[in-house]
Amino acid sequence: MAQTETMTINMGPQHPSTHGVLQLILELDGETVVKATPHIGFLHRGVEKLSEHRTYHQTIPLTDRLDYLAPMSNNLGYVLAVEKLLGIEEMIPERAKVVRVMLAELTRIKSHLVWLATHALDIGAMTVFLYCFREREAIIDIYEKISGARMTSNYFRVGGLSADLPAGITDEIRTFAEKMPAHVDEYEGLLTGNKIWQKRTIGVGTISAEDAIDIGLSGPALRASGVDWDLRRDNPYSGYEEYDFEIPVLEDGDTFARYKARLDEIRESSKIILQALAKLQDGPILADCPKVCLPPKQDVVNTIEGLIHHFKIVTEGFKAPEGEVYVGIEAPKGELGYYLVSDGSPNPYRMKIRPPSFVNLQALPQMVEGAMLADVIATIGTLDIVLGEIDR
Amino acid sequence: MSEHAAVGKLKQNFADAVLDVVEFRGETTITVKKEQIVEVCKFLKGELGYNFLCDLCGVDYLGKSPRFMVVYNLYNISLKDRLRIKVPVEEGDATVDTVSTIWSTANWHERECWDLMGISFNSHPDLRRILMPADWDGHPLRKDYPVQGPDREPYQGRLQ
Repeated sequence: MAQTETMTINMGPQHPSTHGVLQLILELDGETVVKATPHIGFLHRGVEKLSEHRTYHQTIPLTDRLDYLAPMSNNLGYVLAVEKLLGIEEMIPERAKVVRVMLAELTRIKSHLVWLATHALDIGAMTVFLYCFREREAIIDIYEKISGARMTSNYFRVGGLSADLPAGITDEIRTFAEKMPAHVDEYEGLLTGNKIWQKRTIGVGTISAEDAIDIGLSGPALRASGVDWDLRRDNPYSGYEEYDFEIPVLEDGDTFARYKARLDEIRESSKIILQALAKLQDGPILADCPKVCLPPKQDVVNTIEGLIHHFKIVTEGFKAPEGEVYVGIEAPKGELGYYLVSDGSPNPYRMKIRPPSFVNLQALPQMVEGAMLADVIATIGTLDIVLGEIDR
Repeated sequence: MSEHAAVGKLKQNFADAVLDVVEFRGETTITVKKEQIVEVCKFLKGELGYNFLCDLCGVDYLGKSPRFMVVYNLYNISLKDRLRIKVPVEEGDATVDTVSTIWSTANWHERECWDLMGISFNSHPDLRRILMPADWDGHPLRKDYPVQGPDREPYQGRLQ
């Protein structure tokens, strides 16, 4: 009589479909997954520990390197948390808020484009990858003109922005945001009705709303399971309550639903960007808090107060009052939370980052157990994980 | 500022467990006794609807007693409301009961808290290191763990 045994195979950390250095130990019965065990930590850089030895401003560049596909979202969550700790949220100038929203949404599109590109490539659709990277390149060009860097932007500051927008950039952003929905239609033309795409995604990696909340899924992955929750609308920050946008919620909870949810989000983000451009007025980009924000250069060279403030902030940073805050924002991948504890010194006493990918990845075993080996690839892709923020 | 609705209900049901309530920047932090964390969390989830555990982490207050705090950041998806629960943990007995039976998501958060802060969780289903290698010594996020690593001289600055 034939005897069957399960076989244990190793996938990653050097595997193109694990989207970074994720290792999965898979126990297989034939081609069916019996057990999946993720191993993470290969990219652990101790960001939380490092931040305890840096001033609040020096910590901003560390946040770029968490979810490196969405650096501006990471910056935004962090500066909002520090501003809340300082109690200066009301003082952020309107222009800075609008630019933050505009760039956060641009970042959302950028992140979703890499997700779609790699997810489709994993499942076998090569063309989509090239199309998505074409549009992503346009966003990266905008990033570079605004912040000087293609990926690690380090553009937001506690109290506002590091510099004003360069001349002519708003036209470029407007052109991009106007064209983007048509590009999404283009991707949909390649995938949505495609029989292979449907076979690989419909009913794959299904998770119910109840399980999704229990395991802590957030962002589009949760909304595709029918939970109508978006922090931009429900706990608005940076002036999101003034924008008019829909939140795509789907019921099926499978890979196809998550695909649809993210594509719809790109369309909504384009709408928000155009609204932000319409709202954008000239004005200051940094709050009037001389103890926290660097003074303008002409004040540094012309006034003694400016010079002193500049010197103090650069050499020793600013002190935050004793206390603790938690700020969660709707990052492209889900709820990105910063929990900051201050002891009154110029460094965060403790910074805990709640990375959406870390929590979303935790759902992987229950989504793939009982499924086929090939569906593991589709499920990793649909969770949209970035190991930079999982491992920190 | 008015008191958070959960505070009164917790005090009513767990009179001895609530140690401290702090309001800061519109956020409410309730410190409860470690022994009752599981019952408190069950109540918060079951009766008050805090169905989403955003985050769980440890904080090391080296030099104070109790040394550690385990912090639970909760969210109520229907009311869109946040609440923070903390439990004090002594250095000599750095264990807390697991809440992964209440929210499955606590599983990895507790593993991380064990790995980086050295607080262990009773009856956790799978308490292994998660970010550091399995054979690592020490818990890097503790305040007495040097930032440059265990076996290197501290950085003296580039001018020294």
